[in-house]
Amino acid sequence: MELSLTLRVWRQPGPGAPGRFVEYPAPGISQDASFLEMLDIVNERLIETGDTPIAFDHDCREGICGSCGMMINGVAHGPERGTATCQLHMRRFRDGDVITIEPWRARAFPVLRDLVVDRSALDRVIQAGGFISANTGSAPDGNAIPIPKDAVEQAMDAAQCIGCGACVAACPNGSASLFTAAKITHLALLPQGQPERQRRALGMVLRMDAEGFGGCTLFGECQDACPKEIGIETISRMNRDYLRALLTFRPA
Amino acid sequence: MELNSRIPSGPIQEKWDRHRFELKLVNPANKRKYSVVVVGSGLAGASAAATLSELGYQVKCFCFQDSPRRAHSIAAQGGINAAKNYQNDGDSVWRLFYDTVKGGDFRAREANVYRLAQISVNIIDQCVAQGVPFAREYGGLLANRSFGGAQVSRTFYARGQTGQQLLLGAYQALEKEVAKGGVTMLPRMEMLDLIVINGRARGIVARNMVTGKVESHVADAVVLGTGGYGNVFHLSTNAKGSNATAIWRAHKRGALFGNACYTQIHPTCIPVSGEYQSKLTLMSESLRNDGRVWVPKQRGDRRAPHEIPEAERDYYLERKYPSFGNLAPRDIASRAAKEVCDDGRGVGPSGLGVYLDFADAIKRVGEDRIRERYANLFEMYQRITDENPYRMPMRIFPAVHYTMGGLWVDYDLMSTIPGLFVIGEANFSDHGANRLGASALMQGLADGYFIVPYTIGDYLANAKLEKADASHPDVIGTEAVVNERLLRLLAIPGRRTVDSFHRELGKVMWDKCGMARSADGLREAIQQIPALREEFWQNVNVPGTDAELNQGLERAGRVADFLELGELMCRDALHREESCGGHFRVEHQTEEGEARRDDEHFAYVAAWEWRGDGQEPCLVREPLVFDDVQLATRSYK
Repeated sequence: MELSLTLRVWRQPGPGAPGRFVEYPAPGISQDASFLEMLDIVNERLIETGDTPIAFDHDCREGICGSCGMMINGVAHGPERGTATCQLHMRRFRDGDVITIEPWRARAFPVLRDLVVDRSALDRVIQAGGFISANTGSAPDGNAIPIPKDAVEQAMDAAQCIGCGACVAACPNGSASLFTAAKITHLALLPQGQPERQRRALGMVLRMDAEGFGGCTLFGECQDACPKEIGIETISRMNRDYLRALLTFRPA
Repeated sequence: MELNSRIPSGPIQEKWDRHRFELKLVNPANKRKYSVVVVGSGLAGASAAATLSELGYQVKCFCFQDSPRRAHSIAAQGGINAAKNYQNDGDSVWRLFYDTVKGGDFRAREANVYRLAQISVNIIDQCVAQGVPFAREYGGLLANRSFGGAQVSRTFYARGQTGQQLLLGAYQALEKEVAKGGVTMLPRMEMLDLIVINGRARGIVARNMVTGKVESHVADAVVLGTGGYGNVFHLSTNAKGSNATAIWRAHKRGALFGNACYTQIHPTCIPVSGEYQSKLTLMSESLRNDGRVWVPKQRGDRRAPHEIPEAERDYYLERKYPSFGNLAPRDIASRAAKEVCDDGRGVGPSGLGVYLDFADAIKRVGEDRIRERYANLFEMYQRITDENPYRMPMRIFPAVHYTMGGLWVDYDLMSTIPGLFVIGEANFSDHGANRLGASALMQGLADGYFIVPYTIGDYLANAKLEKADASHPDVIGTEAVVNERLLRLLAIPGRRTVDSFHRELGKVMWDKCGMARSADGLREAIQQIPALREEFWQNVNVPGTDAELNQGLERAGRVADFLELGELMCRDALHREESCGGHFRVEHQTEEGEARRDDEHFAYVAAWEWRGDGQEPCLVREPLVFDDVQLATRSYK
């Protein structure tokens, strides 16, 4: 079945430029199309009529690269739980729907154009400690350190974060706590992550604040928006690690 | 032109060790005086950039995405091979080497593949040390699964997201080096040309995709880890942004292009559903561990799968290849699917699909076990198709997935342009005519962590490089060429969208240079593609300007390059009068429909030299010598 939709899309020509909503009719959209394929179709029509296509970030279209993301009717990544925008399909919408599409809104994510935002602050949070310092060539045998299956599975739950920024966009405070906590949790649950655990928690949390992300007040909006369904218990772990590090960490 | 593969002498087991000893070293204090440009931040690029920085080089790393973590390696699902023999099932470096050479249908370089198998074990160790959460057994030791083309269980995995976890490991190592100041990361930058000074690669010209500014970055060596060119087919499992521009620009500057026609069509992808389709989604090969592939025995049987009794189903892979069964290699499984669909026994609305059925596995180990192994893949399938694969079989069909061809490199992974190194899927090196599952991640990381960091030192230690900066006439000249091309694209007063050209090219490539290729079809394609290219440059409509974020302009440049590369692929496919691996020429098959290789005439790498616009490329052959593996007809029966 085909849908006839109306889109209200945020258009902004460049960073710092004023933006506004523009309405576009979107008739003849297959229910089997993905949300981004629907935007492709609209863009093709815009180009053919001499209009400027809507800019949006996207790449793998399999829900794993984390490039895409937009507020769809006020919900980060749209109405389907545990699903990134690229994996949202039009069968979730009804004929005649009006769909409002906006970029991520957060102080730390300036809009570059239309639905494209600058999320490089997330990379800088990782630079502040979201790694294990193991230079190439220095590793012991992979089986030298047994790790309980449960620990690895829990670490993997957190490690699945795709860095899309939906948690930040969904948070009323614009906090990146879920993103940061997911990395801290992944590495804190593994023996390899222990030597740098305190340094990591301190560094990442402080950097998160410095980048202009807001504080966490445990609304929980982030976990509802997360396409990988990472839970806010990770944030409790981050807070514990951060506090412990504040009290006891003495850099050499 | 003569190709020198620079394969070290001596027994195959000792080549790499001996070569490493013979490579010249750069004194640690001198390394910081050398600068290296790395293009691409996937497994190959990120691991190379991080490791080069750890060694002390000044590295600039470029990617077109907004963050290095988004490179398409992230989408690899199933796993990474390594000859650890943790399962005690008879694996060894030699066996992984043999399986990979055989899997590639004896069209890869022995010495490279042996080195890859040797290094595979170090990769696992390195990734575990970085905190990659590989699956483990209850005892805490690493778990393995089986993959196509092997009879041992040597694939390491992290659920269905192995590529993601390995890439995040490399990305974190990269960010660690960014924090230390060894790597300058330049995201949202697209390489648009290679700077060559006095015959050596000395940097790149790139466009800032936010401001539109074209910038030159001069360096002492350039590493391309820019991935494959499967998107020449428009529909593929590649990310939408994956493109061939970096390697194609380098090709036009003098780097030979190896085995362009070797394309991997992956057997288990979600079938196409409509014209609007923008990409195809892979369902990991690991699913074939537990899923059984079948179609109805009868043509045109439109009954629902559960209504078709066991006796009326054809488990054709198990029937044709009893010893490998559902784990037959990708090229063979894809062709077998095409065969049954051509025979009118395909399933689904289009008739272009086969079933991948988990009912038996669910009965055997229970739904929970299956969920634990493949939950994310099953969810992805359901989101896309609206069907529940726990209840009814998946429908799958082959799709373009990987390109074994790429820029020709020697044993040091250096192209025919001195100072230009090419790693990962972007080079042609290790997979011959067909890549085995779980070997792409292995190769990307082997090249980036463990090979190029050594070999680049040897190059730098030997090269006498003149001083060069942005004011060098060759730099200014290259920049001018880039700017001129961008403006030319924008100035075309055309009516058709870039995507419409891309779709049309993709259809020609899929029909004529896809799973089955014929001389007549390829000759037609070699007529059609230049005509389409001509129309593109007359009639494409690229909106906007060059001085802004302009995704239409980005795509136009990439499709313009695909329109040239597609023709080279067809020429390569036409010249190779044999069938091998992913290259199946209908004229060259056995009575049973299997590939018929011609070792006497085609046991070589076909490397193509660019001769200019409108000129036929020139073929240069690198003979393949097999000392350690007996050339045999590949059989998985």
